Amino acid sequence: MAAPAVDLRVGRRARRMPPSLLAGAAMLLAWVAASLLAPWIAPHPPLASDFLALLQPPGPGHPFGTDQIGRDVLSRVLHGGRSVLAVAPAATALGLALGTTIGLAAAYFGGWTDEIAMRLLDAVMALPIVIVAMLALTFLGASTLNVILVIGIVFAPLVARTMRAAALVEVRKDYVRAAELRGEGIAYVMFREVLPNVAGPLAVEATLRLGYAVFTAATLGFLGLGAQPPAPDWGLMVAENQALLTTAPWTVLFPALAIAWVVVGIALVSDGLRVGQGP
Amino acid sequence: MLAYASRRLALLTVTLLAASMLIFLVTSVLPGNVGRIMLGPFAAQDSVDTLNRQLGLDRPVLERYAVWLAAVVQGDWGRSLHFNAPVLPLVIERLGRSLLLAAVTLAILVPSAVAAGIHAARREGGVFDRTVSLLGLSVRALPEFVTGVVLIVVFGIQLGWLPVQALPPEGAGPVEVLRHLLMPALCLVLVLFAYVFRMTRAGVIEALAADWTRTARLKGLPPSVVVLRHVLRNALLPTIAVLGAQIGWLVGGLVVVETLFRYPGIGTLIQFAATAKDLPLLVGCAVAVTAVFALGNLAADLLAASLDPRIRHGSPRG
Amino acid sequence: MSTPVLELDGVTVSYPRPDGFRGAAVRDVSLAVAPGQALGLAGESGCGKSTLAFAALRHLPRGGRLEAGSVRFLGSDLYALSRSELRGLWGRRMAVVYQNPGGALNPTIPVGEQIAEVYRYHLGLDRAAARDAAIGMLERVRMANPGRVADLYPHELSGGMQQRAVIAMALATDPELLVLDEPTTALDTTVQAEILDLFAALRREFRAALLLVGHNLGVLRRVCDTLAVMYAGEIVEQGPTAALLARPRHPYASALLGCVPDAGRGAREGRLASIPGLPPSPGTAGPGCSFVRRCPIARPAFCGAEHPPLYPQGPGRAARCHFAEETPEPGTGAAVAAGGSAPVPAPGAEAPVLHVSGLSFARGPVEILRDIDLRVAAGETLGLVGESGSGKSTLALLVAGLLAPSGGEIRLDGAALAGRSRRRSTLQRRAVQMVFQSPDTALNPRRRVGRILERPARVLAGLGRAAAREKARALLEDVALPEGLIDSFPVQLSGGQRQRIAIARAFVGEPRLVLLDEPTSALDVSVQAAVLNLLRDLQRRSGAAYLFISHDLAVVRYMADRIAVLYQGELVEEGPAERVFAPPHHPYTEALIAAVPRLDGTSAAAGADEGGDAADGEGQARAAGCVFRRRCAAAGPRCAEPPPWRDLGGGHRIRCWVRPGAGDAAGRAS
Ligand SMILES: Nc1ncnc2c1ncn2[C@@H]1O[C@H](COP(=O)(O)OP(=O)(O)OP(=O)(O)O)[C@@H](O)[C@H]1O
Ligand code: SF4
Ligand code: SF4
Ligand SMILES: [Mg+2]
Repeated sequence: MAAPAVDLRVGRRARRMPPSLLAGAAMLLAWVAASLLAPWIAPHPPLASDFLALLQPPGPGHPFGTDQIGRDVLSRVLHGGRSVLAVAPAATALGLALGTTIGLAAAYFGGWTDEIAMRLLDAVMALPIVIVAMLALTFLGASTLNVILVIGIVFAPLVARTMRAAALVEVRKDYVRAAELRGEGIAYVMFREVLPNVAGPLAVEATLRLGYAVFTAATLGFLGLGAQPPAPDWGLMVAENQALLTTAPWTVLFPALAIAWVVVGIALVSDGLRVGQGP
Repeated sequence: MLAYASRRLALLTVTLLAASMLIFLVTSVLPGNVGRIMLGPFAAQDSVDTLNRQLGLDRPVLERYAVWLAAVVQGDWGRSLHFNAPVLPLVIERLGRSLLLAAVTLAILVPSAVAAGIHAARREGGVFDRTVSLLGLSVRALPEFVTGVVLIVVFGIQLGWLPVQALPPEGAGPVEVLRHLLMPALCLVLVLFAYVFRMTRAGVIEALAADWTRTARLKGLPPSVVVLRHVLRNALLPTIAVLGAQIGWLVGGLVVVETLFRYPGIGTLIQFAATAKDLPLLVGCAVAVTAVFALGNLAADLLAASLDPRIRHGSPRG
Repeated sequence: MSTPVLELDGVTVSYPRPDGFRGAAVRDVSLAVAPGQALGLAGESGCGKSTLAFAALRHLPRGGRLEAGSVRFLGSDLYALSRSELRGLWGRRMAVVYQNPGGALNPTIPVGEQIAEVYRYHLGLDRAAARDAAIGMLERVRMANPGRVADLYPHELSGGMQQRAVIAMALATDPELLVLDEPTTALDTTVQAEILDLFAALRREFRAALLLVGHNLGVLRRVCDTLAVMYAGEIVEQGPTAALLARPRHPYASALLGCVPDAGRGAREGRLASIPGLPPSPGTAGPGCSFVRRCPIARPAFCGAEHPPLYPQGPGRAARCHFAEETPEPGTGAAVAAGGSAPVPAPGAEAPVLHVSGLSFARGPVEILRDIDLRVAAGETLGLVGESGSGKSTLALLVAGLLAPSGGEIRLDGAALAGRSRRRSTLQRRAVQMVFQSPDTALNPRRRVGRILERPARVLAGLGRAAAREKARALLEDVALPEGLIDSFPVQLSGGQRQRIAIARAFVGEPRLVLLDEPTSALDVSVQAAVLNLLRDLQRRSGAAYLFISHDLAVVRYMADRIAVLYQGELVEEGPAERVFAPPHHPYTEALIAAVPRLDGTSAAAGADEGGDAADGEGQARAAGCVFRRRCAAAGPRCAEPPPWRDLGGGHRIRCWVRPGAGDAAGRAS
C-alpha cells in the first residue's frame, strides 16, 4: 500500500504587502510632500486676501474657492498641513517615549510600583482627554509647543496601559530571569531584552496614537485652543467658517476633508501593519 | 457581589480624590497667574491682586485644596464670573441636556457595534469583517466636527432631511427632539463605533476559540444556545469595560459636537468657560464631567462583575 | 466480536501549512473500537494523535479537512450526517474530555449548571430535574459534597475536581463512545492516579468504548486494553497493550520505550536510550517508511522507497515495518546512544557547594517555604520532588537570588550569598546558574543563538568580543549542536535544541551549581532522554553540583544521587535516591511513589492518601502540627504536634511521628 494518493498541493500563495498599507502610505506621502512643498506649490500666499474675490465657489483660479475675506482655500489647506505635520508626530513621539517607559517599568517592577503607577494613570484617564488638554492650554496659553507637550502628556497614560499589558506577558518569561541572573542592569533588561519583544504592539500603538494626535490637534484648533487666527490651521478654519456652512460650504468642507485624508491614511497604515503582523 | 461593589466604591472614591487633586493642581500650580488669566492682559495689577486674594490664592496650596474640596463636597461650587451666578445649578442644567444626547448616542452605538462585532467574528476575515473593520478604523480618528460637517452638508443642506441645529424648539414632542439629536449623536457614534466593534469582535473570536466553547458544541447544544449562553457572556466582558472607558471620549466629543450643532449642553459650557477664562465655571465643569465619567466606569465594572464570577471573587481589577 | 462503536477506515486529514500547501497530519489510519474496549493512541507531540481523535468526532479544528477515508459510528457514516443529526450524537452518544480541565469549563457558569445542560437539551429534563441529575452524576464521579460543588464556579475548584466535573459532564447521558485527549497531563501525579482509578472504576459501571490519547505510556498502560502507536501521522504498530509494551515489533515503538526512564533505575547504572533526529513535519514524509532517517535497522535504499504496510504480527498485532522481526528490544540495539555509559563516580563527602539553612520565604501572610535545610556537594545531584504549588521553583529562585528570602541563609562554598542576585559579586553570579522549564520562553526570541551565548560570556566571564564568539562556538559543541545554528533565532529551533542552548548558556561561566527547574517537562520523551544524558555528561566533565527539580519521580530517580521531598513548603524526607525509593517512606513519599503509572502495570492504587481529593488541601490555611496531616492515612493523635526529623542512618531522614514504625528499620529522633 502506497502513501495516500490524495494530491494535497494547492497553489502557492505569494506573501505580499497588505494593500491597505500601500494605499495608506501613499496617502500620507502625498500629505507630507504637499505640506513640505506648500510654499512653492500653493497658488497663493495663505494669508493674502483678494478683496475682489470674496466667497468665490470652487472654480478656475481658486480650485477650492475663497473665504470671507478672499483668501484662497486651497493654499490655506496646503499650508494647514504643515502645522499638523509639526504637532502630531512630535506629540506622538513624546507620548510613546513617556508611556513606554512608564508601562515597561510598571510591568517589570510590579507590586507597589505598578499599583501606584496604575492608580495615577487611572486618575489621569478619569479626566476626558480633550477636557484635560483644554484645562492645561487655558493656563499655559495656546502655542504649538504647548499643544505638543499637552497632547504628549495626556497620551502617555494610554500608551503606558497598552505597553504595560504587552510587557506583563514578557516580563514573566524566563529570558528575563536569565538576564537578571547574569546581573544585567534594570535599564538593559527593560529596554534591550523586553522592549524588542513588544515592538509589534508598540508599532500598532504608534500609528493609533498618531491618528488620535491629529484628531486632538485638529479638535483643539477647532475649539480655538491651538493655532490662532489668521494662521491657516485646519481645525481653526472649520471653526472660523462654521457660520458659512449653509452658504459657502467649501470653506468648511475642504479643510475637514484634508483632516479626513490624513486620518484615513494613518488608519490604513495601522491596519496594514496589524494584518502584516498576523493574528 | 456586595463585597465587590463596596470595594469598587472605595476605589472610586480614591480615583475621584486623585482626579480632583489633579484638576486642582492644574489650576493652581501650573505657571500662569490665575487672576491675570481671568482678567486678561490689560487689567490693572491691583484688581488682579484683589481677585487673587478673593480666590484665596495667597494661601498655601494644601490648605486651598482642603477648603476647595470641602466646599465642592458641600455643593458650594463657587460663582461663575461671567454669568455672575452659582456654578452648580448652571452645570446641572447643562449636564442634563448633554446626558440626553449621550443616551441617544449610546442607544445607537451599543446595539449596532455589538451586533456588527458578533457578525464579523463569526465570519472572521470575511468581506463584512474586512469592510467594517477598515471603515471603522478610518472613521475612528475623524474628529467629530469633520464628520459633523460632512453630515450637515449632505443630510442637512443637500438633502434637507434633518435639522442642522440640535436644540429643538420649545415644547417639541419626543420624535422631534430625537430628530434634532440624530445628527450630533451620529457624529459621536462614528468615533466610538470602531472601538466597541473591535472589542466585541475580538472578544467573540477569543470566546469562539476557547476550549469551553468546544465543550459546549461537543455537548451537542444548538448553535444559538452556544452563542447566547456560552460565548456572549464571556465575549462581552471586555466590551463592557471598554464602554466605561469610552465615556471619556464621549464627553470630549460633546464639547465639539455641541459647539458645531449649537446645543447648550455641558460641552458648550466648557468651551465657553475655557475661552472666556471663567475659572470657577471651568473647574466646576471638569469636576462634574469627571464624576460622570467615574460613575460610568463604576456602572460598567459592576455589570462586568455581575456576569463574571472571577471578578466578583477576585480583586477589583480582575 | 460485537459491531464496533467506532470504525475508522483509511482516514487522512490535512491542514494548511504556512507555505500555502496542505500537509497530511494523519495518513491512512484504520482502526476500530468495540463496546467496552479501551484503545490507547500513543505517540510524541505532533504525530497526529489529537487530530485523529477529533476526526473521529467530526470536530476538526479550523483548517482541518478529511481528505480520504470514512468514520463509522455505530455503523453509520459520521461524515454523511446532517449538522443537526450530528448534534444529536455529540454529548449524547459520544463525549469528550481533554487536557486542560480549567479551559474546558465555562468560567462564568456554575459547574452543576454546565452538567445540567446536557440533561436539558438531550433528555428534555426541566431545570430542577436536570440539576438533581447533575448532582447525582457528580456523586458518581466520586466528587465529595456534590450538592455544594454544583453551585461553584470552575475557578473555585482544584484541577482534579475540575476534571471530575468534565468527566461527569461527558458521562452524563451514558454515551457509547468517550474520547479522552491527554485527560491527566495537566494534573499532578497523585491527582492523576486518582483520575485513572476513577476511569478504571467507571469502566465497570458504564459500558462506553474509550479512545484515550496520551503521550505517557504508563498512563495508557493503566487504562487501555489495546494500544496504537503513531508516528508522523501513521499508525506504526498496534496490539494488546501488555504484549506490545513487553516486546514491541516496530523500531520506533521500541526506541520510544527505551527512552522512558524507569523509577527503578538511576543514571549511575547506565544511560537512557534516545532517538536521534526529528520526525518529518506533516506532508514532508518521503515515499517510503516515514521512520527511515531515524531507524537503527533501516536499509535506507529499500525502506526509503517502499512504503511498509501494516504487517500482521501474531494475534491482534501489526507493525508497519518491513523488518519487524529484527526490531531491537527497548533500551538495547543501536537506538542507545553510543559511548560514555561508564557509571558516574559517586561524589565524596566533601564540603558542600551549596548549603541552605533555615531558609523561609513568605509572600504577605502566606508562608511559601518554611525552614529549609539542604546541602549539595560538588558533582552531586540533589533531586527535589513535590507536587505543583509545593514551592520547588520558589526554592530554586531563592538560591539563584531572583527572589529575596524572608529568613535563613544560603552559603556557596562556605560564603554567605546576598539575597538578591544584583547584590552578589560577578564571581558569585557566574557560579550559580539556572536552566528553566520552558525552552520557549527561556530564550529571548529576538536574539540570535550566538548573541544569547556571547552576552553571558562577556558579562559573566569578562571575555572580549572575539573570545566570546569562540566560547559560544565551543559551547555549541559541548551541547552537541551544529555550529551552523549560531546565527539562528530560537523560533527556528526545535524544543530540544532550544533547551540545549539554554543549558549551554548556564555553563558559560563554569558554574559551581546549576539549578535545573523541570528542564525536560516540556519535552517529548525521546528528546528528554537525550537532554538528561547531556546533563549527566556535562556534570561529569565540569563537576558542577545540580539541584534538579521535577514532578516526575522516574526522571528524578534517574538523575539524582540524593532526593529531597517537599510538601507545601516543608521538607518531609531526604536521603540517597535508592533509600528514598525503598521503604520505609514518609507517608507523602509513599503516596507519590504509589501514584506513578509504571510500564509494567504494577502501580499500586493511590490508596496512601485517603484524605479525599489530593488537591483539596491547596489554598487552605496550613494546619497546625504536621503539614501532611489533612491527607495522611497514617495520621495519629500525636500528629497535631509538628513532627521531628528522625535520622535513619546513611544520610536518610524522615519527618514523621509514625513512620518508620516499630516494624520498620529503627529510627531515632534527632
Ligand atoms: N489547526 C491546525 N492548523 C495547521 N496545522 C495543524 C493544526 N492542528 C495541528 N496541526 C499540525 O498537525 C500535526 C498533528 O497535530 P496534532 O495536534 O494532531 O498532534 P498530537 O499528536 O496531538 O500532538 P500533541 O502531543 O502535541 O498534542 C502537527 O504537525 C501540527 O503542527
Ligand atoms: S521499514 Fe525500514 S526504516 Fe521503516 S521502521 Fe522498518 S526497518 Fe526501519
Ligand atoms: S506526622 Fe502524622 S500526619 Fe504527618 S506524615 Fe507522619 S503520620 Fe502523617
Ligand atoms: Mg494533542
